[in-house]
Amino acid sequence: MRMLTFASRNTKEILRDPLNLFFGLGFPLVLISLLSAIQANIPVELFEIQRLTPGITVFGLSFMTLFSATIIAKDRGSSLLQRLYTTPLTPTDFILGYTLPIIPIAIAQCVICYITAIVLGLSITVNILYAVVFIIPISILYIALGLLCGSVFTDKQVGGICGALLTNLSAWLSGVWFDLDLVGGTFKKISYALPFVRAVNMERAVLLGDFSGIFPHIWWVLGYAVALLILAVLLFLRQMKK
Amino acid sequence: MEAIRVENLTKKYKDVVAVDNLSLSVRKGELFSLLGVNGAGKTTTIKMLSCLTKSTSGDAFLNGKSICRDSAAVKSIIAVSPQETAVARGLSVGENLELMCGVHGFTKDKTNAKILELTELLGLKAIIKKKAGKLSGGWQRRLSIAMALISEPEILFLDEPTLGLDVLARSDLWDLIRSLKGKVTIILTTHYMEEAETLSDRIAIMKDGKLLICDTAEKIKKIAKTDNFEQAFINIVKGVIK
Repeated sequence: MRMLTFASRNTKEILRDPLNLFFGLGFPLVLISLLSAIQANIPVELFEIQRLTPGITVFGLSFMTLFSATIIAKDRGSSLLQRLYTTPLTPTDFILGYTLPIIPIAIAQCVICYITAIVLGLSITVNILYAVVFIIPISILYIALGLLCGSVFTDKQVGGICGALLTNLSAWLSGVWFDLDLVGGTFKKISYALPFVRAVNMERAVLLGDFSGIFPHIWWVLGYAVALLILAVLLFLRQMKK
Repeated sequence: MEAIRVENLTKKYKDVVAVDNLSLSVRKGELFSLLGVNGAGKTTTIKMLSCLTKSTSGDAFLNGKSICRDSAAVKSIIAVSPQETAVARGLSVGENLELMCGVHGFTKDKTNAKILELTELLGLKAIIKKKAGKLSGGWQRRLSIAMALISEPEILFLDEPTLGLDVLARSDLWDLIRSLKGKVTIILTTHYMEEAETLSDRIAIMKDGKLLICDTAEKIKKIAKTDNFEQAFINIVKGVIK
């Protein structure tokens, strides 16, 4: 109950910020529409709607990192967290309270992207539902990254690191905007050692109904999600004790 | 009767001794001020007493409960209004109060009753639907104190509650703090000499983590051989009076 009160507050803070709504929901839609328009004029395999949409749904999650990191960093900066540390809220309440509200927002973002994609010509199949379900572990990965950044950086630093650096990294290294084979070499190796392209490939396989194709990407996604979550919890607890 | 007993409390950060062997006691219902220049150890003392920071050595007992061994029990009888306003800026005044009721596990009826009581006591009724982030500094401080009073604390820590406020807002807040005197034990830190002299039953002056003197404003002035409290403070901190 205490945790739910805290989680509800976090949901309100995130959804009441018009910039959050624009970047979280509006920006991915603009990207799908724009790239689909480009695809209609100059056909590129990468931007075909069934390949593009899973990529955009994953890229859109980088804003979830920004949301979670910003709210934690702001709460630390304003001393609201300090106030709440003197209440009966437990460390588990804090971790869940910051994590859980963002999962439905991530799902909503994914659903809206698929609805737009359907309008733009994506075939309606049950695989879309599976793709939405598989977005959950990926969203936990991105939220954990936000929890980690919010526990370490100030809200201004978070804006630069999560808002600029991370969104760009997750874009370049995900294979959404260009085929990683075109660059190859070390760039490709680094990309495949990170979870972003793994998450995109997993979502693409799910949408195509190629469930054997989700391997080994799912292990990378789950591995990173668990590792980042553990690290985020440890860093959050460390700043809590400071 | 004693509300707080501090016994040889010490806090070290690597080579820096922030609070050095502090011992003092505060009576129930007393308004007790901690004074000192920047880095004197006031905020660290409050952080240790409110279980936000662990002491390096020594102990303190709040209504008989040890901050070292029984921090959960201590947290159940205290509240903190930190130096920063520590409000949820995206929530309304009413929602901020609801948040605090929720994290303390109040029922809906108790929540409604408590919000009614505190909005009347602190004059927040007219702005209950206004977003906290849109309030002036003075009103945010009022809200901050209301949030601290939600849990009906036996001991209330006010860390520089009038910092940055204009003369009128400060005067209003003094009236509010006066109205709480006797009902709850208040530990106040401030840089404003007039504030400490006007409001406090007793004052402790700290320097470099050490307690220099602890007495009433009148006695401190007498010991410092001056009628002006600010001058008394300067004499004591500069070591003119031993």
